Amino acid sequence: MRGKLGDRALYVYTWLIILWLASPIAVMILFGFNDKQSKSNTSWQGFTFKWYQQLFAIDGLTDALVNSLIIAVVSTVLATVLGTLLGLAVGRYRFRGKGVTDFLIFAAISTPELVMGASLLSLFVSANAPRGHITIIIAHTLFSLAFVVVTVRARVVGLDPSLEEAARDLGAGTFTTFRLVTLPSIMPGVAAGAMLAFALSIDDYVVTSFVNGSEQTFPLWIVGAVKVGIPPQVNVMGTLIFGIGVLLAIANAVSARRKTTH
Amino acid sequence: MRRWTPYWLALPAWLWLAIFLVVPIAAMASVSLTTGNLIDGFTQTFSVSNYSDAIAKYSTQLVRSLVYGGVATVIMLVLGYPVAYWIAFKAGHRKSMFLFLLLLPFFVSFVLRTISWGFLLADDGILFGTLKGWGVLPQDFHVLATTVAVIGGLVYNFLPFMILPIYVALERVDPRVIEASYDLYASRLSTFRRVVLPLSLPGVFAGVLMTFVPATADPINAQVLGGTSNTMIGNIVQTEYLVNNDYPTASAISFTLMAVLLIGIFIYARALGTENVLEAAAR
Repeated sequence: MRGKLGDRALYVYTWLIILWLASPIAVMILFGFNDKQSKSNTSWQGFTFKWYQQLFAIDGLTDALVNSLIIAVVSTVLATVLGTLLGLAVGRYRFRGKGVTDFLIFAAISTPELVMGASLLSLFVSANAPRGHITIIIAHTLFSLAFVVVTVRARVVGLDPSLEEAARDLGAGTFTTFRLVTLPSIMPGVAAGAMLAFALSIDDYVVTSFVNGSEQTFPLWIVGAVKVGIPPQVNVMGTLIFGIGVLLAIANAVSARRKTTH
Repeated sequence: MRRWTPYWLALPAWLWLAIFLVVPIAAMASVSLTTGNLIDGFTQTFSVSNYSDAIAKYSTQLVRSLVYGGVATVIMLVLGYPVAYWIAFKAGHRKSMFLFLLLLPFFVSFVLRTISWGFLLADDGILFGTLKGWGVLPQDFHVLATTVAVIGGLVYNFLPFMILPIYVALERVDPRVIEASYDLYASRLSTFRRVVLPLSLPGVFAGVLMTFVPATADPINAQVLGGTSNTMIGNIVQTEYLVNNDYPTASAISFTLMAVLLIGIFIYARALGTENVLEAAAR
């Protein structure tokens, strides 16, 4: 009897934590509809769709969002390619330097973002490299890479090597085997790694703040605007990104469930 | 020919990690041992005075960051463990739904989440403003720009990173082990203390690792939610690098911070095996 009561208490508690974690999201969505009159957007003044109609009215903000999207796409592609190859190497083969590689992957994940950003800036300053799109992409690829390696490796380790042997016995070459057998079976790991890389890139503030030069990204623009007041368009963009992300995740989960039930 | 395959596969990522991770950190170590300024240039003097100066100047913020990070991590562990426990053992077929709900905040940018959280805590915001209007709270009540707001923000932002690894570890606990414990007349409490808790420790370690490091080094929460007396080491590094352009001092602080954090991590990793920590972190 006491056990049942404890379970119910934990159930309520779990919901409270979830509600707490979600409450700022509700605030963000709500204040995207706020018909604010003054400069600050902190008190509720009535409902409007105005900010949805004027979504791209602030040039700097729109540019920052576009920059963020371009950087995220490019760095995701780079990190996914490099990370998948390295994930295959460490998941499948024993080779000299594997220990060092494992250490490097661990270091890339556990180095504080602050140190990563600061050290990259040191490099770019001493190499006299101009800061901008390219340096941001380099940095984002760096911190996403290791996460792709880890997700791909987890998948590679669980792979049955006899499948590839069978493909080779049937006369498939190295590349054909990779394309038709290896890649499809590690694909869920690659896709998860890529999604993680995209999410990390589009969300990053700390590392980017060191290597951006005068280039703005969505998170940097928002932090810059805190002092003068965040325009409601930021809330609207956040709401739209949130909505698209949640819909994609649900669609993904539904299609995965279909596959397993059939 | 096949002998070389792993090297070809690893080469591009190796180069990337070497050029953009190893070299920069080595470069930063070297910069931290120089003297000079941006205009006259920096000269390599191998003097450690940057370190002693930086630590003397910013020891308050360094200690404050470690305390904030540590307190936030302990709060996250206490708040997060029961959630992970309930989802792993009691949520049944709704497990993935609850995990999804926990991850919802990650669909919103970290920066925007922190600002929205500050919004909720604002003196005249929808929460405290309303309560003040009802006379529940005194007019001079405020949370924003205090230690509570910063630590609260850290807990809010990193809590899912604590819950997930603990959940993964608990999920893997074989229910038959727990049954066996009951069959041997252990009470619920001692089953938890002597069976479940020890089995979940790898998850706790991974969770602590994934929250303590980013929380301690985080500049955003202090910047958005804190006041002038809540400055953390992350803010100092940003100011020294980007505003003061004092690269030697900034490098010395970053290095000190990393040394403190990494020594802690490697003691952890040694005790557990690097692979285990990473695996627990990845799943």
